[in-house]
Amino acid sequence: MPMTITEKILAEHAGREAVSPGELVQVDVDLALANDITAPLAIDVFDRLGAREVFDREKIALVPDHFVPNKDIESAQQVKVTREFARKHRIKHFFELGETGIEHVILPEKGLITPGDLIIGADSHTCTYGALGAFSAGVGSTDLGAILATGKTWLKVPATIKLVYEGELSPWVGGKDLILYTLGLLGVSGAVYHSLEFTGEVTEGLSMSQRFTMANMAVEAGAKNGIFEPDEITKEYMEERSDRSGNFLKSDLDACYENKFKIRVDDMEPQVALPHSPDNIRPISEVDPVVLDQVFLGSCTNGRLEDLRDAARLLEGRKVADGVRFIVIPGSPSIYREAIKEGIVETLLDVGAVIGPPCCGPCLGGHMGILAEGERALSTSNRNFVGRMGHPKSEVYLSSPVVAAASAVIGRIASPEDL
Amino acid sequence: MKIEGKVWMFGDHVDTDLIIPARYLNVSDKNELAKHCFADLRPEFIKEVGVGDIVVAGINFGCGSSREQAPLAMKTAGVGAVIAKSFARIFYRNAFNIGFPVLESEEVPEQVREGDSVSLDLSKGEIVGIEQDKHFYARPIPDFMRDILKAGGLVEYLKKR
Ligand code: SF4
Repeated sequence: MPMTITEKILAEHAGREAVSPGELVQVDVDLALANDITAPLAIDVFDRLGAREVFDREKIALVPDHFVPNKDIESAQQVKVTREFARKHRIKHFFELGETGIEHVILPEKGLITPGDLIIGADSHTCTYGALGAFSAGVGSTDLGAILATGKTWLKVPATIKLVYEGELSPWVGGKDLILYTLGLLGVSGAVYHSLEFTGEVTEGLSMSQRFTMANMAVEAGAKNGIFEPDEITKEYMEERSDRSGNFLKSDLDACYENKFKIRVDDMEPQVALPHSPDNIRPISEVDPVVLDQVFLGSCTNGRLEDLRDAARLLEGRKVADGVRFIVIPGSPSIYREAIKEGIVETLLDVGAVIGPPCCGPCLGGHMGILAEGERALSTSNRNFVGRMGHPKSEVYLSSPVVAAASAVIGRIASPEDL
Repeated sequence: MKIEGKVWMFGDHVDTDLIIPARYLNVSDKNELAKHCFADLRPEFIKEVGVGDIVVAGINFGCGSSREQAPLAMKTAGVGAVIAKSFARIFYRNAFNIGFPVLESEEVPEQVREGDSVSLDLSKGEIVGIEQDKHFYARPIPDFMRDILKAGGLVEYLKKR
């Protein structure tokens, strides 16, 4: 039976020859993930189940990233619960401060995910790892607690929507613009219970970093997972990071898709999501030159080295506009270190940015860069819901790193071409 | 399983940041979490919500983050069930897992209004608008999910087996 890559991974992990959309399957999990917000509840579930041991101490990753370095007593307690659980069960992949960064940046970087894997995380952006040709989906804490104990979970096989990107990208247009455009097309509930498969000549040329950005936001369309077929670029990325080689699967040519969208990219401009929804998309030429109070470059969507590098290249020798607070947060310690080595950090400091320690930062409005009433921010993250980054009467716009960089210097939402 | 209460109406795409803003997620205690349910969207909610009240909403309820704190805060605040045209995937799963009834219906959100009294028979999937004496039927739930709900959540369900 012809299958999509998602179906193949699910079939393999269910011990089945084939699966088809709508079926409920029980699958083995290769890696289970939780963070400082979701782990404590999952641990509570694990305990209430009466479980004594975790299913596999090497297949669990616990990443404190949302409120670290601990922002207050309560969040310190949450991390403590997580840390103590990790110690007690000798969890191999617990990331202490100094090693920790954003979960979805750290895990691929450390080679913990290989193509063909099945990863379940108590975080909605777990779908990021689809960039590597893995099946990965977010769940809540109870599901994760049960997985910690059993290593298994139930899933409904999703039908797949195929996205085919064709043509040639203009300068200043990349993965973030492609996914924002796609969200505008599908809407925030356009892919609920579905898998999104990113294909076409354009995706073949995208770096891993840009693929992570796109897969990351699959959940913004409500998708269960987003996935790329792994290729040479994936292989190169893996070779530097993991001793496991992974399973390089491809969708069968006659696989069944519920829907297909062809997206021509030739005339695509940089895209911006306006408040208060990631599907409220406009090309930059149609966005009002909104005056900004804050620009945030970071998050699991765009806190990778390439993102910082692109921004720094554009910003060299310039200054942040008066009245703009420019916050940059590298997604992991190694990105931070590399950014120092390459002079990116110095460039950004000269521009007037403040550089935060690797963590989620202001992305979820909990820590380090919260917005006051009436303030407006441009962010490279993935959500701009009401109150996402602070006061319920603040506003968040979403864009790529280069648009964010240009806007920080100009002081209003602007294209890199305006520099 | 019968639930009865007043209707709280919400629109489409109510996201988990609206159900409970992230700034309150630095604790795991459900009673603390419940205090901030719909804090930004409807600050009066937590003061006025009664046990068994029913949240009625449009499409894609619970979109956004995977935080189980969202259904947990609602359940602990006293909400008896959510009836929406559709739910975001993770929220839907989380709700069952903690034994919090969520039902899909196209009609109910069109036909009931804020403050209406509604009763709900979970085993039949029947929803009754008491004042108008109208009967609606929610989309059926798969058997094993109903069993999870009956048991009171996934933990209790797994323990029983
Ligand atoms: S960076 Fe933002 S979206 Fe990503 S995991 Fe952290 S809070 Fe969630």
